Amino acid sequence: MINIYEVNETNNMIEKDNLDVRTITLGLSLLDCADNDIDRICDKVYEKITHRAQNLVKTGEEISREYGIPIVNKRISVTPVSLIAGQAAKSSDDFVKLAKRLDKAAKAVGVNFLGGYSALVNKGMTPAEELMIRSIPDALSSTDIVCSSVNVGSTRDGINMDAVRLMGDVILETASKTADNDCLGCAKLVVFTNAPDDNPFMAGAFHGVTMPDAVINVGVSGPGVVRYALSKIHGADFETLCETVKTTACKITRVGQLVAKEASRMLNIPFGIVDLSLAPTPAIGDSVADILCEMGLEHAGAPGTTAALALLNDQVKKGGVMASSYVGGLSGAFIPVSEDQGMIDAVEAGALTIEKLEAMTCVCSVGLDMIAIPGDTKATTISGIIADEMAIGMINQKTTAVRLIPVIGKGVGDRVEFGGLLGYAPIMPVNAFSCDDFVNRTGRIPAPIHSFKN
Amino acid sequence: MGNKMDNKTDKVIITVVGKDTVGIIAKVCTYLADNHINILDISQTIVSGYFNMMMIVDMADVDKKFADMADDLESLGHDIGVVIKCQKEEIFDSMHRV
Repeated sequence: MINIYEVNETNNMIEKDNLDVRTITLGLSLLDCADNDIDRICDKVYEKITHRAQNLVKTGEEISREYGIPIVNKRISVTPVSLIAGQAAKSSDDFVKLAKRLDKAAKAVGVNFLGGYSALVNKGMTPAEELMIRSIPDALSSTDIVCSSVNVGSTRDGINMDAVRLMGDVILETASKTADNDCLGCAKLVVFTNAPDDNPFMAGAFHGVTMPDAVINVGVSGPGVVRYALSKIHGADFETLCETVKTTACKITRVGQLVAKEASRMLNIPFGIVDLSLAPTPAIGDSVADILCEMGLEHAGAPGTTAALALLNDQVKKGGVMASSYVGGLSGAFIPVSEDQGMIDAVEAGALTIEKLEAMTCVCSVGLDMIAIPGDTKATTISGIIADEMAIGMINQKTTAVRLIPVIGKGVGDRVEFGGLLGYAPIMPVNAFSCDDFVNRTGRIPAPIHSFKN
Repeated sequence: MGNKMDNKTDKVIITVVGKDTVGIIAKVCTYLADNHINILDISQTIVSGYFNMMMIVDMADVDKKFADMADDLESLGHDIGVVIKCQKEEIFDSMHRV
């Protein structure tokens, strides 16, 4: 039988170290809502979401109550809208209309976010997909909880540089259209390569076309728990360090698995995956950067950071796969800047730069995340940063992403406040040398060779 | 869930944490007895001056909803000046038993 020490360990993780289930995400296919009339699509989409997701929030709250663990977010991910409205949308405004209806449906069922205002354009854009991408700034500035993502590359397809160039403009325009709201639109917009179909985390969640009609995906969290576990083994060897991370990750993931199974049973919707990401929050101690410091770095960004992060990411996966048979999504350690107090401190201390963050993304999940940059950064420079990050993902057969926030009217030394889980961020300097002539070339970067691995 | 607990092995872990005072266990046990909730196991320690108790109870034959019992015990704890928390056993089982 369970003993008092085990009960206390679990409850301390929850109460002191911020262990939570970050999200229960309902993935919903909207393929059956396709039509040749945009208003009919809007109606069908609203009907389907409000019907299938009506009990999602209530169920999440019940599970939270029964197990005594916070379930921070309830979310919905849908089929990329460029696919379902491709035939009907004659203009960007038609897509914006759909975005507003998605926002309304998501609010009606009480979820925190809805993802899937997306397009998958790895190898080229259809006219409808281009219209959809061009509609993103208006869509994100006229909705509150709709999230958008664009997949511009993959290991199999290469990188669509036309889409990369377009996204530089789209990100800047989204920033200026939401300038009076701290450019928050850009916090809801991610550019991916190798985007997973089953990611429960925002802003990049969408419901892939290979998925069933509905599915429950759960994202766990718990950087604070890992940090606390490491605080008790200062000076121990690497084997002990790895073992501690692995065991802790396993325990955290088991909770995610339990919650996912229970939500699936109560909602009568199949269980998809557990995403075992270490997702930081601005809460003190709930930080991936603090884990790196606990391992022995003065600040995240110091020499050794990439190795420490590689170790962390790998051990989290090794512990997690033991705990759940269906691990998926982004699974690993997230390194957003504004959502992680330790990362913010590192930037402010001068220890962490965009270039070092880029190196770190080679070994951890996702990429350049929630980084505030000067508002006068050129669109081509943003595209250049995106291209670099996409290339890392393409060559290394991993998911990489870019979520940059050009803060209009602010420069290096200033700060921007997003509030809540999104935190605040110091504006980071960007390499100002031009990449115009490179980015302005048209076409694609071809898929890499899969041999001669060097 | 939240409806009647018709599952035969409905074990719930009740934890009580707070400043030690006379009659904590008595008050919690009285509540449980009044509601026909069977206690399977009790353990208790004092951690840095704080009273720390864990009970495993069986709610298989109990008509009350889990959420109602959790609310009742929470407010009972509030009256005594301790924190009482009810959680289904599965969260501990899944974390600590492979």
